[in-house]
Amino acid sequence: MELWDAGFDTGALLAKKKRYKRTLREAGGLVPKKVAVLSGATVGATQDMLEVYLLAAGIDPTFHLGGYGLFYENLLFDDGTLAAFAPDVIYIHTCLHNIKRLPAPADTPAEVEALFAAELARFTVAAKAALGFGCPVVLNNFDLPTARVLGNRDGTDPRGKLRFVRRLNEALASLAEATPNLYINDLAYLQAQCGMDAFSDPTAWYAYKYPCAIDKLPLLAKSAAAIIKSLFGRNKKALALDLDNTLWGGVIGDDGPEGIALGNETPTGMAYTAFQQYLKELGQTGVLLNVDSKNELANAEAGFARPDSVLKREDFIAFKANWQPKSENLSAMAKEINLLPDSFVFVDDNPAEREIIRQQLPGVAVPELSAPEEYIRALDRAGWFEVTTLSADDANRTAMYRQNAQRATVEASFAGGSYTDYLKSLAMTGEFGHFDAPHAERITQLINKTNQFNLTTRRYSAAEVEGLIDSPTHLTLYGRLTDRFGDNGIVTALIGSLAGDTLTIDLWVMSCRTFKRELEFALFDQLVADARAAGVKRMVGRYLPTPKNLPVKDFYATLGFALTGETADGAATYTLDNLEGYAPRCTTMEIRRV
Amino acid sequence: MDNQMIFDAVQEIFRDNFDDDTLVLTRETCADDIEDWDSLEQINLLTAMEKKFAIKFKLEDVRGLKNVGDLLDLVVRLTA
Repeated sequence: MELWDAGFDTGALLAKKKRYKRTLREAGGLVPKKVAVLSGATVGATQDMLEVYLLAAGIDPTFHLGGYGLFYENLLFDDGTLAAFAPDVIYIHTCLHNIKRLPAPADTPAEVEALFAAELARFTVAAKAALGFGCPVVLNNFDLPTARVLGNRDGTDPRGKLRFVRRLNEALASLAEATPNLYINDLAYLQAQCGMDAFSDPTAWYAYKYPCAIDKLPLLAKSAAAIIKSLFGRNKKALALDLDNTLWGGVIGDDGPEGIALGNETPTGMAYTAFQQYLKELGQTGVLLNVDSKNELANAEAGFARPDSVLKREDFIAFKANWQPKSENLSAMAKEINLLPDSFVFVDDNPAEREIIRQQLPGVAVPELSAPEEYIRALDRAGWFEVTTLSADDANRTAMYRQNAQRATVEASFAGGSYTDYLKSLAMTGEFGHFDAPHAERITQLINKTNQFNLTTRRYSAAEVEGLIDSPTHLTLYGRLTDRFGDNGIVTALIGSLAGDTLTIDLWVMSCRTFKRELEFALFDQLVADARAAGVKRMVGRYLPTPKNLPVKDFYATLGFALTGETADGAATYTLDNLEGYAPRCTTMEIRRV
Repeated sequence: MDNQMIFDAVQEIFRDNFDDDTLVLTRETCADDIEDWDSLEQINLLTAMEKKFAIKFKLEDVRGLKNVGDLLDLVVRLTA
């Protein structure tokens, strides 16, 4: 079982953490990240667990730990060490015990309000100070007090500690909602999930200053790690779903569409309907749904044609209902939608099918499933799809991929003909502009999610992207691609830094949705025009290899750059000297500058 | 569970925790003898022992534990 699986034995993780760290590091393919953990509660053990979960998500963290209990001081009065560390993310590890004073029954309403304002201000100021370091910030909210001196009234009376902490948590939620780059790690939810008495362990606090029972620390760290890996583009992106006894009860080939268990008439049907609803909503967060089933195609489609089926045929991108091995289907669908197999979660009630996928495609996440009423939890608690941003683009992503499938059909009709003619038949328009405020959020998301067409895999925080808007020492470009099937949205971005007459390309990303559309050429044409206007004579591009960006290894060479340096780890530097002689390459789309 | 079984189980916990299958404990082994045995690892060792022997240490139990012998005596007392 994988570390991120919902059913993973976290006790084993505590005992064997050193072995996990060693084997995960040996496996390689990790992106280095700098993580600052600031202390309200003890950070040592949390750091240990964070490290294991981040390694399992493909991130190799380097840590900077704040002094015990000094989160506020370390953030507001940094002695220079935190700034010098230059964190990629800051995690403020606080808990209920870091509230300086909770109200008491003898307090006056005015005293309680003053207390509330002071506590909220302290944590708000700390969070804002953390954001000042220019990276995303993860802040724990508060576990609830377990003792209620007022009994049930503790939850309604402003002097009740329970009411006070609930109000604080709501205020922190509002703060996060209004503050870009601030994310809340929901300790209150974790406490409820575990049960208050199992989570809140007085011995662990008094003896070790741990925020929760020691055996719950892995869960707490996993929750924070889920946010961090999501921010760094390490979420899973797609589901490959079995059908019979996974999305409905029964075998549709035997029972017929009217005979399967689905809909609100039977208890079993209700469980499958609820699971379909959960998957549909996952789809609205941008997760791509695909079918991977041993069935006749017509039978499989008939299931989704039932009026009470929440999921419809058009909710899926790839729809593999055939008698091929499921591992082959999964590899094929990954290729079709331009993802790597390890971006997939495979959901199947059949243990034998799950085992084959684990053997054949070890990067794919494969949750253990038991009864249909447990399916949602098996997916939900794993944290594979942790949502840190939710843009309109996410809800539309399925539509965009479906349009891609239509494009593929058109492409097939050009088989044997010219690819250029096919591209022209798409009636594409490329829209290009410099980074600006309205598009900064999407640009940041794109930069941090893109792994394949990504020359340097440098990640930028929202603050850093905003800092590039109108920067005199940078050239930035984003690109949007539309065609006769629809709008792909913003799918490419580039950041270059100017020094004298040289432009160095720090970052170039393009979504896998728009591979092989000449959009990279169109963007480069625009870049050359902008660069010439800025007096640039020479361009430098770098390729920094990762396990995922191999497809763009020789990209600069195809643009006419010369290889001018290469290190042992495969990092390459390319230079383009004769900018004057460059002739635009893209001939297949209309260009709009905005 | 007799004393030898407890000793073997505790040694296994140490080997797991420090990822070192060659580690050999004596009653006198203390934090000075194992490089990574710091206060954080002390907590992890105690937690693993709680889990292994299905016991729960109280605040007073975990103070003043000097060496492996103290740990063994504590487990023997709580599992008796």
